[in-house]
Amino acid sequence: MGSLFRSEEMALCQLFLQSEAAYACVSELGELGLVQFRDLNPDVNAFQRKFVNEVRRCDEMERKLRYLEKEIKKDGIPMLDTGESPEAPQPREMIDLEATFEKLENELREVNQNAEALKRNFLELTELKHILRKTQVFFDESVPMVYKSTSTHSSNKYRRYLQMADNQNEDEQAQLLGEEGVRANQPGQNLKLGFVAGVISREKLPAFERMLWRACRGNVFLRQAMIESPLEDPTNGDQVYKSVFIIFFQGDQLKTRVKKICEGFRATLYPCPEAPADRREMAMGVMTRIEDLNTVLGQTQDHRHRVLVAAAKNLKNWFVKVRKIKAIYHTLNLFNLDVTQKCLIAECWVPLLDIETIQLALRRGTERSGSSVPPILNRMQTFENPPTYNRTNKFTKAFQALIDAYGVASYREMNPAPYTIITFPFLFAVMFGDLGHGAIMALFGLWMIRKEKGLAAQKTDNEIWNIFFGGRYIIFLMGVFSMYTGLIYNDIFSKSLNIFGSHWHLSYNKSTVWNNNYLQLSPATSDYEGTPYPFGMDPIWQVASSNKIVFQNAYKMKISIIFGVLHMIFGVIMSWHNHTYFRNRLSLIYEFIPQLLFLVVLFFYLVLLMFIKWNRYSAKNDFPMTEACAPSILITFIDMVLFKSSKAPGKDCNVHMFAGQSFFQTIFVLIALACIPVMLLGKPIKIMQARKLANEEVQPITGSSDAEVGGMSNGGGSHGGGGEHHDEEEMSEIFIHQGIHTIEYVLGSVSHTASYLRLWALSLAHAQLAEVLWSMVLSLGLNKEGWLGGIFLTVVFAFWAVLTVGILVLMEGLSAFLHTLRLHWVEFQSKFYMGHGYAFQPFSFDTIIENGTAATGETE
Amino acid sequence: MKICGPKCSLCGLIISVWGIVQLVLMGLFFYIHSVALIEDLPLEEEYKTLEEFYTAANSAYNQNAYNCWIAACIYVLTLLLSAQQFYMNSRVTAN
Repeated sequence: MGSLFRSEEMALCQLFLQSEAAYACVSELGELGLVQFRDLNPDVNAFQRKFVNEVRRCDEMERKLRYLEKEIKKDGIPMLDTGESPEAPQPREMIDLEATFEKLENELREVNQNAEALKRNFLELTELKHILRKTQVFFDESVPMVYKSTSTHSSNKYRRYLQMADNQNEDEQAQLLGEEGVRANQPGQNLKLGFVAGVISREKLPAFERMLWRACRGNVFLRQAMIESPLEDPTNGDQVYKSVFIIFFQGDQLKTRVKKICEGFRATLYPCPEAPADRREMAMGVMTRIEDLNTVLGQTQDHRHRVLVAAAKNLKNWFVKVRKIKAIYHTLNLFNLDVTQKCLIAECWVPLLDIETIQLALRRGTERSGSSVPPILNRMQTFENPPTYNRTNKFTKAFQALIDAYGVASYREMNPAPYTIITFPFLFAVMFGDLGHGAIMALFGLWMIRKEKGLAAQKTDNEIWNIFFGGRYIIFLMGVFSMYTGLIYNDIFSKSLNIFGSHWHLSYNKSTVWNNNYLQLSPATSDYEGTPYPFGMDPIWQVASSNKIVFQNAYKMKISIIFGVLHMIFGVIMSWHNHTYFRNRLSLIYEFIPQLLFLVVLFFYLVLLMFIKWNRYSAKNDFPMTEACAPSILITFIDMVLFKSSKAPGKDCNVHMFAGQSFFQTIFVLIALACIPVMLLGKPIKIMQARKLANEEVQPITGSSDAEVGGMSNGGGSHGGGGEHHDEEEMSEIFIHQGIHTIEYVLGSVSHTASYLRLWALSLAHAQLAEVLWSMVLSLGLNKEGWLGGIFLTVVFAFWAVLTVGILVLMEGLSAFLHTLRLHWVEFQSKFYMGHGYAFQPFSFDTIIENGTAATGETE
Repeated sequence: MKICGPKCSLCGLIISVWGIVQLVLMGLFFYIHSVALIEDLPLEEEYKTLEEFYTAANSAYNQNAYNCWIAACIYVLTLLLSAQQFYMNSRVTAN
């Protein structure tokens, strides 16, 4: 195993594969997933490559499989996913697969077509059924109207008579038009009243009605009735609501017009017999036909189901196979063809440590294909930048992802991930310090870790869940560290635990306490034992409501600056690893040393001042070392930088904390100032001198370093690349670069130090929010008097618990996470990390199948 | 009998367990008259004598302790209920 500290050493290799063995070998390499192939014919477009046909066939197969998958999903049949990945099939098996898919697809298409035709038929028949039923109502209900007015008592008789014997159109019309119609008929005008009946979707109906009215100038009569049950659209299976309508009109001209409008509105018209007996007969016929159709439809569905269930068993397996074949041919397309056409030549990046395993895999592939000529793996010299490959496991993967999200490390550059594993959860916990919230987070992380296998198996598309699950080890560590800092801050849901017994004691007697509203405990007297609470904050501070925040602010602010400065110094020291590894003496001397010196004499001195202040001043001391004489560190620091003489904080106090302080401070500032020109000019001037020297010694030969020019296409970094690479850069560019870097560093160390104050700010905000939530919500439940309080408390507690998780753990956790990320990316990594590399993307079946269709993306 | 879905019952389970643990502990702390929790007692702003304050505070501590334990008991009930629901849901999905 390689270490996480630097990326793997890579080698560019040339691979000669015999044509017959190439397929099997590439398949073996894909299973291994340790080789990144390079495109050797980038100028050839995708359609002119050698294995275009095979890729196309795979595409076709994939399309068929996707079609099958769609149909299976539509029917809600569960797909068997064993999670195993079958080996890539031999090329000759491809034909079998193709034939199987072809057969399945044709069968399914045929079944679908039949089903659709049947369904359309079914829809028409149901619509017709509804028309017949509804129109019957239209025709019927006008009967009593007509005759009720004239002869109410005999209407029943009339109706029966009508039903029995109305074959005549006149009667029908008489009923439809009511009295007026009858009256209109009486004068003997030749009135032929026609009607059409049909079905239209419900939302179109109002527009349809208006159109009819306008186009026919109100000369048509529309009746409509809703079909209550939804109908199924045969083409897409949607449920649609429709209405039956019937239009009465007079004359052929209107008829054509009405029909045109119906056509325009996509209404389906159905022939409707005019005579009731015919209608009844037709309805009977329709009913029997619907029943017949239902049985046929059921059988078709059964058949379809059987086909799909059979396919669902193998579908995932087939997908894997086809994707593997396709990936192999895609890879083969990247290869060069030998002149003799007997052999394929590939170029690939390979981790040096894995060459043995790769050769073994190649040998296996050759044996499988039955070829006698072994493949040749030949290491090449190159000036190109190799890809960055950090071997990770499931634990380090998430941390590496945090680093890579900022930028993939340059090749063989020092990787901050191993340190991030500890510093990231720690800085997070400084902001999130609460034993209770930390415990919730740690338990959640622990649960995900314990159930890892089961949770990983059920793949979901839920992005948020995937993020949480991917970062389960980070979450767990963040939780555990937060529990630790929670103990230090002595905060559990904003309450304190008095484990070791507070070291503060009340020395006031009863009457003093009774008569005074505000009393102080002085550390100078016997109120304070003189030794601090053994672990973390003294729990007494929780009840000190008036100066708790003042005390904690002073503590947390200093702590965050101390951690920040240490973190940054650590970052600068990391750059030493890079400079020594890349043998970059110039950077080491003219960048690393002044940078470190600058940081130490200014900011590490600031940290030292804090410790000196903590150490030397105490309430129990006499003047001038009492707490009243403790100087403000910030003011001291500002005065130091501005060369101002400080003022003593009190009358009997000393100006300085220790002897010779002002002398040291002057020296320190001068050293820091002296560092700036060294950083700014040291390296460029040295490079300039070296160039001059080289020019004098050797005559410049143009194009002597062609290979280097190609290799250092992304050069220009002031550290990271070797010294000789600066030859290509303009001198002015080097100066500008160095200037930018220096300004960034000098200003950065000030602003970055201040930036670490976010540790304090967020931790304060978190503690306050937790306290507010407790006193505003949970206290309500606790403050309830009487026995009902218990029930009330149950409800309030649930509410408080939900808010705690939602606001304090999730939202505050997210914000603390983002701030920690920023502290690492900006404040820490800017001190040493280049991140100019590109990631190693090996040809691996696992990732290809996981990403589904992404295999084609890179090459096309 | 099914009242709520799998997510709801899981949520109920978690809150119940959390409630039982925290409320039993808080009841214990109230019972031993923990000073840290004095702000959560139902006390008046002012008392005439010290004894009056002590008796009020003591009874409030005890009352709060019992209230916490009552709430914890109710959470035992909700725990059983949501556990039964969870079991039903898991059986439904398994079938």
